[in-house]
Amino acid sequence: SSTSWRPSVTMAAIHTRDYSFAVLPDAVDRTSEAFSHNSKSMDALISDLQSHINKVLAGGGPESVKRNRSRNKLLPRERIDRLVDPGASFLELSQLAGHELYEESLPSGGIITGIGPVHGKLCMFMANDPTVKGGTYFPITVKKHLRAQEIAAECKLPCIYLVDSGGAFLPKQAEVFPDKDNFGRIFYNQAVMSAEGIPQVALVLGSCTAGGAYIPSMADESVMVKGNGTIFLAGPPLVKAATGEEISAEDLGGASVHCKLSGVSDYFAHDELHGLALGRNIIKNLHTAGQGHLRSGRQNRNIEYEEPLYDPRELRSIAPADHKQQFDIRSIIARIVDGSEFDEFKKLYGTTLVTGFARIFGQPVGIIGNNGILFSESALKGAHFIELCAQRNIPLVFLQNITGFMVGSRSEASGIAKAGAKVVMAVSCAKVPKVTIIVGGSYGAGNYAMCGRAYSPNFLFLWPNARVSVMGGAQAAGVLSQIEKSSKKKQGIKWSKEEEEAFKAKVVEAYEREGNPYYSTARLWDDGVIDPADTRNVIGLSMSACLNRAPEDTKFGVFRM
Amino acid sequence: FSDSASDSGSNRIEKILVANRGEIACRIMRTANRLGIRTVAVYSDADRNSLHVKSADEAVRIGPPPARSSYLSASSILEAAARTGAQVTPLSGSGIFSECLVSENRSYGFLSESAEFAQLCESKGLIFIGPPASAIRDMGDKSASKRIMGAAGVPLVPGYHGNEQDVDTMKLEADKIGYPVLIKPTHGGGGKGMRIVQSPDEFVESFLGAQREAAASFGVNTILLEKYITQPRHIEVQIFGDKHGNVLHLYERDCSVQRRHQKIIEEAPAPNISDDFRSHLGQSAVSAAKAVGYHNAGTVEFIVEHPVTEMIVGQDLVEWQIRVANGERLPISQSEVPLSGHAFEARIYAENVPKGFLPATGVLYHYHHVPVSSTVRVETGVEQGDTVSMHYDPMIAKLVVWGENRAAALVKLKDSLSKFQVAGLPTNINFLQKLANHWAFEGGKVETHFIEHYKDDLFVDPSNSVLAKEAYDAARFSATLVAACIIKKEHSTLKENLPGSNGLLSVWYSSPPFRINHFASSTVELEWENEYDISSSKLLTLSLTYKPDGSYLIETKENGYPGLEVKAEKLGEHEFRVEVDGVIMDVRLAVYLKDHTKHIHIWHGSRHHHFKQKVGLESSDEDESQHKPSFETSSHPKGTAVAPMAGLVVKVVVKDGTKVEEGQPILVLEAMKMEHVVKAPSTGYVHGLQLATGQQVSDGSVLFRVKISGCNALLSRNAYMIGGAEHMMEFDDSEKLCLADVTSKLVVNTKLSE
Repeated sequence: SSTSWRPSVTMAAIHTRDYSFAVLPDAVDRTSEAFSHNSKSMDALISDLQSHINKVLAGGGPESVKRNRSRNKLLPRERIDRLVDPGASFLELSQLAGHELYEESLPSGGIITGIGPVHGKLCMFMANDPTVKGGTYFPITVKKHLRAQEIAAECKLPCIYLVDSGGAFLPKQAEVFPDKDNFGRIFYNQAVMSAEGIPQVALVLGSCTAGGAYIPSMADESVMVKGNGTIFLAGPPLVKAATGEEISAEDLGGASVHCKLSGVSDYFAHDELHGLALGRNIIKNLHTAGQGHLRSGRQNRNIEYEEPLYDPRELRSIAPADHKQQFDIRSIIARIVDGSEFDEFKKLYGTTLVTGFARIFGQPVGIIGNNGILFSESALKGAHFIELCAQRNIPLVFLQNITGFMVGSRSEASGIAKAGAKVVMAVSCAKVPKVTIIVGGSYGAGNYAMCGRAYSPNFLFLWPNARVSVMGGAQAAGVLSQIEKSSKKKQGIKWSKEEEEAFKAKVVEAYEREGNPYYSTARLWDDGVIDPADTRNVIGLSMSACLNRAPEDTKFGVFRM
Repeated sequence: FSDSASDSGSNRIEKILVANRGEIACRIMRTANRLGIRTVAVYSDADRNSLHVKSADEAVRIGPPPARSSYLSASSILEAAARTGAQVTPLSGSGIFSECLVSENRSYGFLSESAEFAQLCESKGLIFIGPPASAIRDMGDKSASKRIMGAAGVPLVPGYHGNEQDVDTMKLEADKIGYPVLIKPTHGGGGKGMRIVQSPDEFVESFLGAQREAAASFGVNTILLEKYITQPRHIEVQIFGDKHGNVLHLYERDCSVQRRHQKIIEEAPAPNISDDFRSHLGQSAVSAAKAVGYHNAGTVEFIVEHPVTEMIVGQDLVEWQIRVANGERLPISQSEVPLSGHAFEARIYAENVPKGFLPATGVLYHYHHVPVSSTVRVETGVEQGDTVSMHYDPMIAKLVVWGENRAAALVKLKDSLSKFQVAGLPTNINFLQKLANHWAFEGGKVETHFIEHYKDDLFVDPSNSVLAKEAYDAARFSATLVAACIIKKEHSTLKENLPGSNGLLSVWYSSPPFRINHFASSTVELEWENEYDISSSKLLTLSLTYKPDGSYLIETKENGYPGLEVKAEKLGEHEFRVEVDGVIMDVRLAVYLKDHTKHIHIWHGSRHHHFKQKVGLESSDEDESQHKPSFETSSHPKGTAVAPMAGLVVKVVVKDGTKVEEGQPILVLEAMKMEHVVKAPSTGYVHGLQLATGQQVSDGSVLFRVKISGCNALLSRNAYMIGGAEHMMEFDDSEKLCLADVTSKLVVNTKLSE
C-alpha cells in the first residue's frame, strides 16, 4: 500500500551515501492500472494462502487438540515457541506439506520442521504433531523429516527431535518402510550427523513406539517427560499378545524406567515445560571448539545495515496477474536488498539475465534474476557470475521467473545447449550457499539453470503466483496434440477440431493443476509458499542458516567450451 | 537554643553512639550529620550490612543477633562507646542516643527505658541523650508512672499496679477490676506480652504466657492489670524538657489505629477534639513530666514517635534532644510552639495481613518508595536487597506526609501509599490503602478497635462474589499489562545483548519475531497471588500475538473478555509506558526469582498485583528426588499445619500420634518475641510432629499433619512401599515415618513367623 511508502528515508539515505549510483530506482508506477490489478490478484492469492495456513495451524482438529491439552501437552508449534529463544524468529519449512495429498487431511504432513535459535545457536526442529493421526509417519511425513535432516546436515545445525509419534502409518507401510529414503533413513541420518559432530537431541514428550523408539535411542542426549513420554519397541497390547505380560505403558517404558533403569534416556523431566527447559539447557551446554567444519561462515557480514528504500509490501503488486507479462526483476531486488543497493555485473551484456552484488541483512550476496528468456549470452554471463561468487565464497540468491531457453535454429546453431550446460555445471558445482525464490514461472531447462529443486539449493521457496512445470500448459497441449494428431492420422482416425480442443484443454488443465504452487509444496518440491512481502526476511533467515558452517572450496567439472 | 551551659566547650557533644538500629538509627544519624556530629553505629551479626551501619561514620559489632546479646547488652554498647570515643577525641563529650527515640514497638525498645543503663552512662562520664535515670526509672516502670501521674492529676484507667505478682493475687485483682481485663508487662511496650482476658477462667493461662513473654523481651516479668476499655482512643502528647526546668508540649498525636496492639497509622494533631481538650491534654502531660523531673523528649507514655509532630511544629526534635543533652535551653516557649497543618504516618511492615498480621521475613527483592520532598518523609532502615530477618521488628518504613489540613494530608497519604513499592515479602501496604480510603477513617472516627470494628470492609470476604469478580477483573487487567511488559523487556534485553557470536545472528531477533505466513505468538501463564486469599490462587493464561506494528494482541481465551491491543514502551529497567486501547499509563514491574519460581509484581495507578510465572527450570537438577516442582501451588494436603512465620519452638504440648480435637494447642512458637500457639487444624491424629523445644522452624515449613486415621490405616498400602523405594514419593513425610515404623514391625513379625 502507498501509505507505507517512505520517501523521507530515500532522500536521507541517498544524501548520506557516497556511492548512490548503486541505488536502484523506484521503477514502480503506483498509479497505474496494472499496479492495482496486480495487487488485487496477488491479494486474492495471499488470502487463499492464509486460509490454507490457518487450517494447518489448527493441527488435527478441535477434538484431538483438546485431548492433547488434557494430557498437559502443548501443540508442536507451541513447543517450538518455548524452545527457541524468547522473542526470536522461527523459519518454518513446508507448512503445507501433504496438502490435499491423501484422502484424509494431513495438516503440515503431521510434522512441524524449521529453524530457530536456542541460546544463540541455530537449531533444526523436527516436531511430531500428535493431533494429526497420532503423529504417525505417512510417506510425506518421512519425506519432510528427511528434508529437515538434509538441511541440518548441510548447514550443520544441531537437531532437536520433539518426539510424540506412533511410528509408521501401518496401512501405507510399503511407501513408508522399505526404500532408501524411507523411515529407516531417519536413524541413518542421525548416526551420520552424530559422527560429524552435529548434535542430536531428542525430547520425548509423548509416545515413541517401535521404530520411533530409535529416535531418542540414537540421539546424543535425550530427555523424557514423566507420565507422557514413553519409549518401547512394543506397546503394552503387543507385549501382552507376545508374552502374556500385563503392564502399564508408564511401567513398561516411562521416564522412570528409562532414566533410572535402562539408561535409554538421560534427563528426567517432571512435566513438559520442565522437559523443554532441559532441552534448552542441553543446547546451552553444547561446545564446538576445535570442530573447524562447524565454524560459522558469516565472517563477512556487516552488523549495521539499512532496510530497503522501498516498502517490501509492494512486492505484492509487482508480479503481473497475467503470467505472459514480463516485469523488471530489479523491482524485486530493490525491495529485498539492504538500502536497495545493487551493484550490477555485466549490465549491458546478456540483458535477459540480471546479475550483481548486494547485501541482505548485512550479508553479501550475489543475485541472479531473470528478465526474460535465456539466450546464449545470458547463460554465459550467469556461468561467469556464479564462478565469481564461488571463488569469493559469496552466497547466491536465484530469483526465478523463467520460461526457458530460446529455441529455434538460430539458437541451436549458437550452441545454446552448450551455453546452458555451462550455467548448469556452474550452478551444480558452486559450493556456496544457494537460496532460490520462484517469483513467477519456472519452466524446463530454465528451472535447471536457475537452481531448481534438483540442483539442491539450500532453500527453495515459492510465491503464491508461481508455476513449476516442464513447459507451459498451452505449449504442452500444442506438442501433445501434434503427436496425437499424427498418431491418429497413421491409424486413419479422423480428429475433429472439437475433439482436439477438448484434448488440449485436458492437458492445459492437468498442467495448471500440477504446476500450481500448492501441488508442488504438498509434495515437498520446495520448502514452502511465502507471502512476497516476506521475501527479504525469508532469504535473510535462510542465508543465515546456510552460513552456519565453514565455507567450502568449489571444484567445477569440465565446461564444454 | 541559648548556649549557656556549653561555654566551657569541653562538654559539647561531637560524636554520638547510636544505640539502636533500623530506621530510628538512620533518622538520628541524619540530623547528627547535619549538625557536624560524627556517628557510631552498633550492630549485631545480623545487621552487619544494614543501612544504619552504612550510614554511620564508624560501626562497632556488639554481638550475635538476639537483642539480649547485642542491642540490649549495656556492657557491649558502653565498650563500643569507649573504643570509638577514646580513639577519636578523648576530651570531647560523647553521647549515647538511646531508646527514648525508639518507636513504640519495643522489639527495638532495647535500652531506651533502662534506668540502669542511663545510670551506667552517667557513671562512665558519657552523656546519655535522653531523660535522666531517675525519670526513666519512674516512667519506665508503668506501675510507678501510673502512681506518679495519678498524683499529678492525670486521669488514669482503673487497674492494679502493685508489687504482689503471684498468680492468685493477680487473679483476685482482676476479678476486682472486672472483665475484660488487660494484662500488661510493667516494662516494655509495643503490645509485647499483652493479653486481653474476657472471662475469669482464661486468666491464669494468659497471665503465665504474658510473664514468659515479658521475661523474654524485657528481662523483667512483672505485670500490671488494667480495666480493658472497649472503645478507647490512643492519644499521646509530645513533651520536651531541658536541664533548666523548662518543659513544654508539642501537641498530641492520635495513634488509635492499631493491630496486635501496635499502631500502624498515626496523625497529628488528633482529629475531632476541641481546642480546650487539646490544651488540657498538653498541660496534664507537662505536669506529669515535671513530676518526675523530666528532661529531653518524651511522652507521658514515654514513647517518642516524633515525625508527625515534627511535621506540624516544623522542628527537628532529634536536634532538640542533642541540644538539651548539651545543656542548652529549649529554643521556644509554649506560646511560640506553632501548630501548622496536619500530618499522617503510616507504618509499613513486612507482615502477613490475612494471617492475623503475623510478622513476615524475607528478602526485599524490590524496594522503591515514593520520592521524598518537604511534605513527604520516608524513615527507613532498609534498602533493596536487604533481608528482613526474624530477629527484629519487621518494620520496613514509616511513611510521613504533611498537608495544609487533614483532608489534604489524607490525599497525599493515599497517593504516597500507592507509590510505595515493596516486593519479595508480604506487606501491609494494600491494607493501609484500604484503611486510608475507609469512610470512617476519612471522617476521623478513629479508635483502637477501628480495624476490628470495620473488619468486614477492610478484609476481603471471599463470599462476596461482586467484590471477588472486581478483584479478579483487576488482576486480569494487570496480568495483561504484565504480559506486554515482560515480552517487551525480553525483546529489549535480547536486542541489547544478542546471543550468538557478535550479533551475527541478529536477523533472528528482529521485532516482532518472524513467522512464515502467521504472526508469532507467545503464551504467558501467571498465577495470581491474591493478597487477601492465600489459600486459592488462580492461573491466568494469556496468549499474546505479535502484531506487525510492534503492538501485542493479548487474549485470555475466556468468554466475555475481548482481547486487548497493547503497546508497551520500555522507559527504564523496570519502568514502562503502556498504551491499552488508546489509554496510556505508567507501569512499573519488579521481577525476581525465589524458590525456583519467577515472581512478578506490577504497580500501575493505585493498583499493585503480584503474580508467579509458570516457567520451566533450565538449571534444575534432573534427579527426581531433588526436584522441586517447577510450579508450586501453595496448598498443602488438608490437615497440614505449616509455620505461620519463622521462629523458635518454645513448647510442644502434645506428642506425635496423639488424638487431638480441632483447635487444640499443639505447640507454641516464638518469633519477634511474640508467642504464637499452633493449633490442630482439624480433629484427628497428629502425624509427623518431630519438633522439640528450642528448635528453629522456617516460614511455611510443615510442622505436622492431622489425619483422621492413625498409622494402622496405612498398612494396606504397605505392599506398595516394599515394591520399590520410588513409591515412597507417593507419600508425604509424616506417612513415610509411619510407614517406616510399620515396615520395621512387619519385618520383625516376618522374622518371628519364620
